[in-house]
Amino acid sequence: MTEQTVAVETPAAPPATEHGHGDVHEPGGHHTPEEIKREIRVYLYVFASLAVLTALTVWACYGLKMPVHYAIMIALAIACTKGFLVAGFFMHLLTERKLIYSILMLTVFFFAVLLWGPWHHFVDMIGHQ
Amino acid sequence: MEAHAHGAAHELQIPYNVHPRPDTGLYNAKLGIWLFLASEVMLFGALFSSLILLRTGAPTWPRGWTFLNVPLATVNTFVLIASSVTVVLAWANLRLGNLKWGRLFIAGTLLCAVIFLVNKGFEYRHEFEMHRYPRTSNFMAVYFTMTGLHGLHVLGGVVVFLYFLFPGAKMWKTDRARYTNRIEVAGLYWHFVDLVWIFLFPTLYLL
Repeated sequence: MTEQTVAVETPAAPPATEHGHGDVHEPGGHHTPEEIKREIRVYLYVFASLAVLTALTVWACYGLKMPVHYAIMIALAIACTKGFLVAGFFMHLLTERKLIYSILMLTVFFFAVLLWGPWHHFVDMIGHQ
Repeated sequence: MEAHAHGAAHELQIPYNVHPRPDTGLYNAKLGIWLFLASEVMLFGALFSSLILLRTGAPTWPRGWTFLNVPLATVNTFVLIASSVTVVLAWANLRLGNLKWGRLFIAGTLLCAVIFLVNKGFEYRHEFEMHRYPRTSNFMAVYFTMTGLHGLHVLGGVVVFLYFLFPGAKMWKTDRARYTNRIEVAGLYWHFVDLVWIFLFPTLYLL
């Protein structure tokens, strides 16, 4: 991959665009090839972590066939960890702009409202038992 | 006349598809996809909310692993995670100016998406052979609705990546920064599809 990258960065590469050669906007500004290669390594580590966590979920919930309450807690904890890895690293939410966070805060609020209904119903049901 | 035509073309050019808007700090497509993803969170959120309501209200609720194909769903989970990696690798290679590897990784993403859909097809066929349909039970209704909607999103991703792999890739010659941004935006959508599956898989198959 490295050799090929060097090859396309030579003057033989396609002409610069109206926006400038390889001029891509990124949240943290312009990244050097070395920084992008470091990012690639991070992506591969995240991939390995996601694969291990998936295997762990299946082993804990399917292999051990544990009681439903424990299975729910473990599966959701692992799913949240995996979700954090995907959103944080693959979707770059760890280094994103404030506007995106604002949109997501609003989304999380309404999502919580959606989940409040069933939760209220569940608590109510337990209260009546 | 020519100057007029040039002026008209300039006026028609969509602004901020590469450079960030000064007020948002983002290029327009990126802001657009995040707003779209916010609406998608609400769509799937409503379905998850319904699932919790149905499950907590039911006297008994089947555990998916007792009759669903967990090994196949596990393979699908690995396939979808792999596709998330290939799409970020495609984007990273395009940022490095490497179209060949960028397209190869887009093709890899596409392949993973097709494998996912084929596996899902096998799963559905098995369910139908066992006479389990959406009308069979609340669980099966939820299972088919949520996995079906997710599958439609995967299919949407297939169409988008097919476009960027073949006709859409022509943009690389004229505006490589914009093409790279398009892959980033498509990737954000794809990661969301992966994210939904990360929660669907344990909820339906393992709990």
